[in-house]
Amino acid sequence: MKSIKTFLENHPLFDGLDQEAVHLFSACADEASFSPGEPIYRQGDEADRFYILCSGEATLEAESPGRGRIVIETLSAGDVLGASWLFPPYRLMWDARARSRIQAVGFNARCLRQTCDENPHLGYLLMKRFAQIMIHRMQAARLQSLDIYAPPVKGGKP
Amino acid sequence: MNRPESKTVPVQWRVHRRRQETADTVTLEIRPPAEVSVDPDSAGRFNMLYAFGAGEVPISISGVLFGPDRVMHTIRAVGAATRALTRLKPGQVVGVRGPFGCGWPEAAARHRDVVLVAGGLGMAPLRPALCRILSKRSEFGRVTLLFGVRTPDDLLFRKDLKDWQAADEIDIAVTVDSAPVGWPGKVGLVTRLISQLRLTPGKVCAMVCGPEIMMRFAVWELLQHGIDPEDIFLSLERNMQCGAGLCGHCQYGRFFVCKDGPVFSLDRIADYFYLREL
Repeated sequence: MKSIKTFLENHPLFDGLDQEAVHLFSACADEASFSPGEPIYRQGDEADRFYILCSGEATLEAESPGRGRIVIETLSAGDVLGASWLFPPYRLMWDARARSRIQAVGFNARCLRQTCDENPHLGYLLMKRFAQIMIHRMQAARLQSLDIYAPPVKGGKP
Repeated sequence: MNRPESKTVPVQWRVHRRRQETADTVTLEIRPPAEVSVDPDSAGRFNMLYAFGAGEVPISISGVLFGPDRVMHTIRAVGAATRALTRLKPGQVVGVRGPFGCGWPEAAARHRDVVLVAGGLGMAPLRPALCRILSKRSEFGRVTLLFGVRTPDDLLFRKDLKDWQAADEIDIAVTVDSAPVGWPGKVGLVTRLISQLRLTPGKVCAMVCGPEIMMRFAVWELLQHGIDPEDIFLSLERNMQCGAGLCGHCQYGRFFVCKDGPVFSLDRIADYFYLREL
């Protein structure tokens, strides 16, 4: 993998931030890797890390009584994995698992939150970018929940 | 077809082959009578198919085959006429008027990268465009097919997808809205795949077909990449009936979808595309 700093400079989440800002954020980051099938997150655990995938593919999964395990979304290189670290109670809502070998940059959530708190302007920029990713995901999730490929319903009634 | 009356009076074609695509969707290969020839330039256009005794419906052309001449239609059973059509068996007769409308712009795509974005049954009208591109592969740049469906069981054209993947001439990403653990493909909305592409504005032609709400988000993603509206082509679906822009059922602003479409570039319909109830 390229150096963490170089990788972050080229990722949309940090793209355009000045060198000092990237340096501050990269101080909270380290390299991470996962083998195929290895759990990355478990639902209910503390959300103390989030990842940017550099290579490989991960699945977000949910265990639903009576339905078994369901894949909610697949994530691949460039995608951000994890948002529960942003707000209390900092608990993971879904399981995440490596589908193939994953190289990633992992962030220490406490360190990142502290960096944001100490540098409100940087924190704002990061939150704005994170919000954009989350809105994007939310819109996709809404469309998925609409079941848009289902046969049209006559008169709009079920 | 070469007989002028075939635009106004249904001509009797026969079902040559029937393939069950999914639980509710069937692809029919139909053969014209001897005096009618098949129009090879049908990608993106549609025929009015008449299930005698049940009704007539507009159905996209999902393929054109020669020797013997055949036209493919992929039909989902959602109403009386489509249910009757999907029950047809080889040898049975179907009424055909068409082909109608303007298809995908092959010339606009030539010497450019091509992105095809299909949602659900929207793959049917895009299939012949992709087949045309593959038949002249060297005339196009990088070709990417993004195909989204509801679940793995709803995947259409499985054999084609397998063949295209094996030929390795195009990039293919298939995604489903939900899947059990064990599904090896992607899960998520098809429009999310667009954001992962590297597209060069001015060198890309995008062809999009699917539910209109999906197309709106696909367009938004493509515009985010800087793709010009005149390079984004959409296949619209309205209540096409006469096929000649006379009855007015498919009026879309100043256009008639049956005659002026169903394929439009975004810049032509930009005033209407985001309007509700149009």
